[in-house]
Amino acid sequence: MTARSAAAIVSLGLLCGAGACTNFYEIPIETPIQPKLDVSAFQRILVVGFITGGTEDVDANLETVRLLRSQLRSKSNLRVIEAEVLPLAEIAAGQGRSAGEITPVAHLPQQEGQQPAAQQPQDPPQQQDSPRIRTEKDLERYQSIFADVAFWKKIGEEYQNPLIVTGTVLFTPQQTSGFVTRNQEGWDNLGRRTTAPVRVWMERKGFILSPKFIFIDGRTGTTIHSETFREEILYEPRQNTPALSSYFDLMDRLVPSFLGSLSAQKIRGTRVLLR
Amino acid sequence: MHFRVLPLIAALAAFSPPAFASDARSESKSQVEFGIRVAQSGLWKEATYRWEKAVELDPTYAAAWNNLAIGYEQEGRFEDAQKAYERAVSLDPKNLYIRQNYDLFKEINDRTKRRSNR
Repeated sequence: MTARSAAAIVSLGLLCGAGACTNFYEIPIETPIQPKLDVSAFQRILVVGFITGGTEDVDANLETVRLLRSQLRSKSNLRVIEAEVLPLAEIAAGQGRSAGEITPVAHLPQQEGQQPAAQQPQDPPQQQDSPRIRTEKDLERYQSIFADVAFWKKIGEEYQNPLIVTGTVLFTPQQTSGFVTRNQEGWDNLGRRTTAPVRVWMERKGFILSPKFIFIDGRTGTTIHSETFREEILYEPRQNTPALSSYFDLMDRLVPSFLGSLSAQKIRGTRVLLR
Repeated sequence: MHFRVLPLIAALAAFSPPAFASDARSESKSQVEFGIRVAQSGLWKEATYRWEKAVELDPTYAAAWNNLAIGYEQEGRFEDAQKAYERAVSLDPKNLYIRQNYDLFKEINDRTKRRSNR
């Protein structure tokens, strides 16, 4: 046996050995997450409006309705009803004033080809006093509207018994100060760039978004599910991020969970199969 | 003479579990390998069936439990996946691949549980 053939045999042996040693295989998987709600009884969905509070820089009612409708249009099988956004806070405030009287369906905008609502309100929503909602506690005063079965049933009838999405959205500014760890760049003795973590005292500004999504059966007016979220974002003081951008950043984090209530979602990942 | 040898043979037969175990392991291993091949082609149901067979044949085979857990995860059977991962980890606690798979699974499972508790 020559040295060359011996080397060939050894390398072949090493190759076979390496092949035999492949005991793991990375594989992509898709984990299905079942929806929390059975929406098979509904063909249509109405994101009707929200009681909102916090900063006045963002119209959280309008923006939330727009965003959820567009997400539902592309990522759910339900037909999204296009209707004007209900000024729910004003309706709830009006209900409070008239001690349980159900007036608000008249606020509903008319859909094309539909009969007008039964009554027109005495004051259009714009002319009413806009309720000032700043905190969770302020919101509590308006919560009773979600339990008003007759009110929601009437809205359901108006829009042919859809699944109704409503709730509360609090979008509040926040300011905190404290120690933050940052990477500081520098140069070492050999002139190479280095980074080292340093703790610095910093004042930061940002926003907290806490929505509560309530799902109401338009046929009965009863709440079938509700879900509360809380997300926050903080920026360095020199960053001048508009409130609307922050709102969308925070909503982006919540939307998958919102959609997960209505339709099955798949989480993509990888795992390692073993021999 | 023959009478003396017979108990010896019987004793050998009784105390030779390694032979049976290695048979079970090799059969189980071939099921595992087939399962991997079909999983790579996207046939997860068949793969899961093979790994179920594998753990039946050799319940001490950590890799088979690991793969079975992944199969269950892919099917959305979280409780079964949890049990299978736990079994795999208990059989081979130092295996980093199993631990990593289990950690990734737990992250999703915890999120799902939090969602359903809301």
